[in-house]
This record gives sequence, structure tokens and C-alpha cells, in this order.
Amino acid sequence: MNDFTTIPDYGLSWLEASGDHADIVLSTRVRLARNLQGHAFGPRARVNDREAVLSLFKTSVERAETLTSGTLLEMPDVATRTRRILLERRLVTKDLLGEEESGPPRGAAVHLSSRDPVSVMVNEEDHLRVQSLLSGLRIREAWRMVDRLDEELGRELPYAYHPEFGFLTSCPTNVGSGLRASVFMHLPGLVLTKEIAKVLQGLGQVGLTFRGLYGEGSEVVGNFFQVSNQTTLGKTEEDLVDHLDKVARQVIQYEVQARQVLLRDARGVTEDKIWRAYGLLRYARSLSFEELMNLLSGVRLGLSLKLLPGLRVYTLNKMLIFTQPAHLEQAAGRELPSSESDTHRAAYVRRVLASEGDVTSDGASATDELPNESPDGR
Amino acid sequence: MPDNTCDHCGSSDAVVNFTQIVKDQMSTSHLCEACAAEKGLDPAPESSNLPLTDFLAQMGDERGKDELDAGHQCSFCGLTFGQFRETGRLGCPHCYETFEAHLRRLLRRIHGSVQHVGKVYLPPDPTASEMEKRLDGLRRKLHRAIEAEDFERAAEVRDQIRSLEPA
Repeated sequence: MNDFTTIPDYGLSWLEASGDHADIVLSTRVRLARNLQGHAFGPRARVNDREAVLSLFKTSVERAETLTSGTLLEMPDVATRTRRILLERRLVTKDLLGEEESGPPRGAAVHLSSRDPVSVMVNEEDHLRVQSLLSGLRIREAWRMVDRLDEELGRELPYAYHPEFGFLTSCPTNVGSGLRASVFMHLPGLVLTKEIAKVLQGLGQVGLTFRGLYGEGSEVVGNFFQVSNQTTLGKTEEDLVDHLDKVARQVIQYEVQARQVLLRDARGVTEDKIWRAYGLLRYARSLSFEELMNLLSGVRLGLSLKLLPGLRVYTLNKMLIFTQPAHLEQAAGRELPSSESDTHRAAYVRRVLASEGDVTSDGASATDELPNESPDGR
Repeated sequence: MPDNTCDHCGSSDAVVNFTQIVKDQMSTSHLCEACAAEKGLDPAPESSNLPLTDFLAQMGDERGKDELDAGHQCSFCGLTFGQFRETGRLGCPHCYETFEAHLRRLLRRIHGSVQHVGKVYLPPDPTASEMEKRLDGLRRKLHRAIEAEDFERAAEVRDQIRSLEPA
């Protein structure tokens, strides 16, 4: 049985709060969609297609430097809770895990490199989804990592490629480069100053789109927005990546300006909101995940504005992940009904804030130096 | 309540929000249909914002022969055009040839282009022209890396080029 502790780096290096603008940009992801010749795409693939794709992929791994040291997790062999943990860490998608009743279909797998923060999902909507997930705003670096891995795999595998349409994909919205680059941004300033609608509309005008935390169709909670390129055909990968980088930096600038407006025109209200959020997190006995997300948004804003100096971005990032249901169950060692989940969540947050997030009530830092610790928070 | 005054002529029926980014500065103006048209803007919602299935439904309407198209089927995976229109997903690489005419129109509407200009994939046992295309692509990449003064990247791409060029 696969244990999630065998996952390199626990798949969480993207929480480390390194990279540009890590207080505003949680993470950067770049993925390439690739398919193999002679097999039906994910939604229409039969068991023999899926098994053939996985077996071809396994052969190529032996010769792909980036992947040779890493772990292949075949989803049907992975315990249910571990699968949910992988999902909560954004290393697999719901699509890869299949229907809840029937479980993941045969051939569904993810390979996590232990060298770079890159991974490959096998037998998702496309045969391969090659992706990198990095902390902060690092779009070019993320692209280079997937490009390198894609070159390694492409030397071994018969990709489905058309001289005019490029890399062929299950969904026509991915065809061509197969590239989707996204940055996961925290934009409370633009939301509170009501400028966000304008910015999001502007994104549409420049060929970008936005979504919530878990990709397509998911809701925006906690003022987190996932901004990505909308089109994949007719532009080079470098152009797509540079364009997103440029616009993301522009959005960050708007966000910073909006925060200055908040401090200038509504300092009292803003500070009160931030301290109330901190107070609730520090002392509440029960927190739903959604409430937590909204409170963390306030605290994250406070940290960026240097109103809560004892806190680190890494602490807040960690709380986003380890307070999700499967993570709480893993820590408790048993299943938790949602009411219990809420009390476990509040207890976890109190414990983390007590040990690494203590700030005195006048806003001065209680601890200047905080100890380093491993990314899994133990 | 949004203000409906047209920023251009002052009439009270502004229906278009026009956002532009010039030299990294974003500005938004509200325009009535006539002024928007004058600026060359199509007041209809951006087609690229419509869900894919709506596009596909429209495609069928344009052709006016829904029934006939719905039966059109991929000889490799058996996907019918009707199924494609329903799910928005193609069944296999061969579908791109089966439904090429439809796809060409669809891709143009989604992406504004039908020609891939990104990475060139080199199949096993490539022809001379495939090899040349691949090398062209890599040379463009090299040029770009040098322009960006990213020499580590440039060295990597240069090695890729060397590995392909005849000794």
C-alpha cells in the first residue's frame, strides 16, 4: 500500500513562500497536455488504452532524467484518504480520481519527481498532463521545468502531433501548445475597494481568464483567484508565458495600489477587520473551511501590510493546506464528521498560531526569530 | 448601481464596458452601442466567453444541417459529431481529421488562429522537412534566450540543436 509519506517533499515545496511577491502570489503552475498516437483520449479510452498508455509512460520514465528519482503512484492502489490528500495538495485533479463510488479507473496515475517540483498525471482527460507547481510568481522558471521534462518524454513517446494544429488534446480549448500557465493570487485590496470586477473584465480583454481554488468551475473563496491564459493555439509557449507574467505583475501593482487606498481612506476599518480575523483564528473553537479561508485572507492582508509582524507567509500557506478535511483526518488518525472536522480545524489553527504566530496586541512582534521547520509542519 | 452614461457622447444607454491597456496603464470606458461601433468594437459578448457547448450548438445552426452532421463519425474511435457537440471533447487524435472542417472554424473562434507556432515535436524517424522545422523552432528559442540574456537556457537549447544537426 502506498503511503503519502513516500511522496517526495510531500509535494509541498510550493508552500514555502519563496519566489517573487509570495505574499500576494501563493503559487505558479504550468502544465502541458500531451496525448499518444493510436489511443483514444481519456474520456473515451478503454481499459486497454489506459493500460497501454501507462505502460508506455513507465518505459519512458526510465530514460527521463527528471523522473528517474521519483515516485509513481497508481491511483487504484492508493488508499482513499491518501488520494484525497493528494487532491488537497493540488497534485492530482478530481478528474484523475474518477467517480467517488467507483474509485479511480485502472491506469490513472501520478508520477512525482523528487528532483524538481514537477509531476505527470497519466490518464487524466489527456494521456499526460506534465506540470510544475512553484511557490510565488515564477512563471518562466515553471515553464522551463515542464519544457525540460516534456523534451525528455517526447524523445521516448509517440506524441499525437499535427503540423497545423500542434499537440492534439481531448478538449479543443487546449490544442496547439497544450500549455496552461496559472498564477494563484490573493487580491483582497481589489475586492474591498470594489475594483476587482474591472480587473477581471480587463483580463478577458487580454486573453486571460480566472477561476477559484480548484480549477474550472470552482468558486472564488478567501479572495484567491487563479489567473491563466485562455488560448493555447497560435502563440509560442514563450509568448503565452511572458504575457501572463507581464499581466500578473500589472495586477499585483493594482492590488498594491488598492491596499494603499485602503490604508489611506479606511485605515481604522481595515485594521479592525484584520485584528478581528486574527482574534477569531487565535481563539475560535470551531471553524468551517470557508470561514477559515475568509479569516486567513484578512490575516494575510495584515501580514502584507506589516500590521501583524510576528507572522510568516509560510505559516499561513501551511494553514490553507493542513486544515482541509483529509489532512485533519490524517492527523486525527480517523474519519471526522464535518462538525468534528470544524473543531479539529480550529484546534490546529490555534496550535499553529500559538507556536509561530504570536503577535502582541499593539501590533509589535512578540517573536522576532522563528525556528525553521519541515514543510509538513511536524 | 452602475452609471449608464456613455463616456463618449453622453447618452444614457451605455452598454459596453471597454477596457484597454496602453503602455501598461489600464483604463475602462462605458460606451453606448453606436460609439462602441464607431471605435470598431463589436457590442456582442466576446464569443470566446461562451461555453464551448454553446459554440458547438451555434456551429450546427450556421450549417443548418444538424441532423446530417450529428451522424458524422470518427472511423478510429467511433465518436459522432453529435457526441462531440454534447461533451465538447474529442475522442482520439484521428477525430481532428474526421471533423477537420468543423474544427478549423471552431479553433479560429476559440483561439483566433488555426496554426500552431509553438514547440515542434520531432517524431521517431523524422523526415528531412520535419527535422528542419524542429531546428527552426529551436533556433527561435535560442534567439529568444539570448535576447533575454538567459545564458543557462541558451546553452541548453544550443545543446539540443547540436544533437540534431548532422556532424
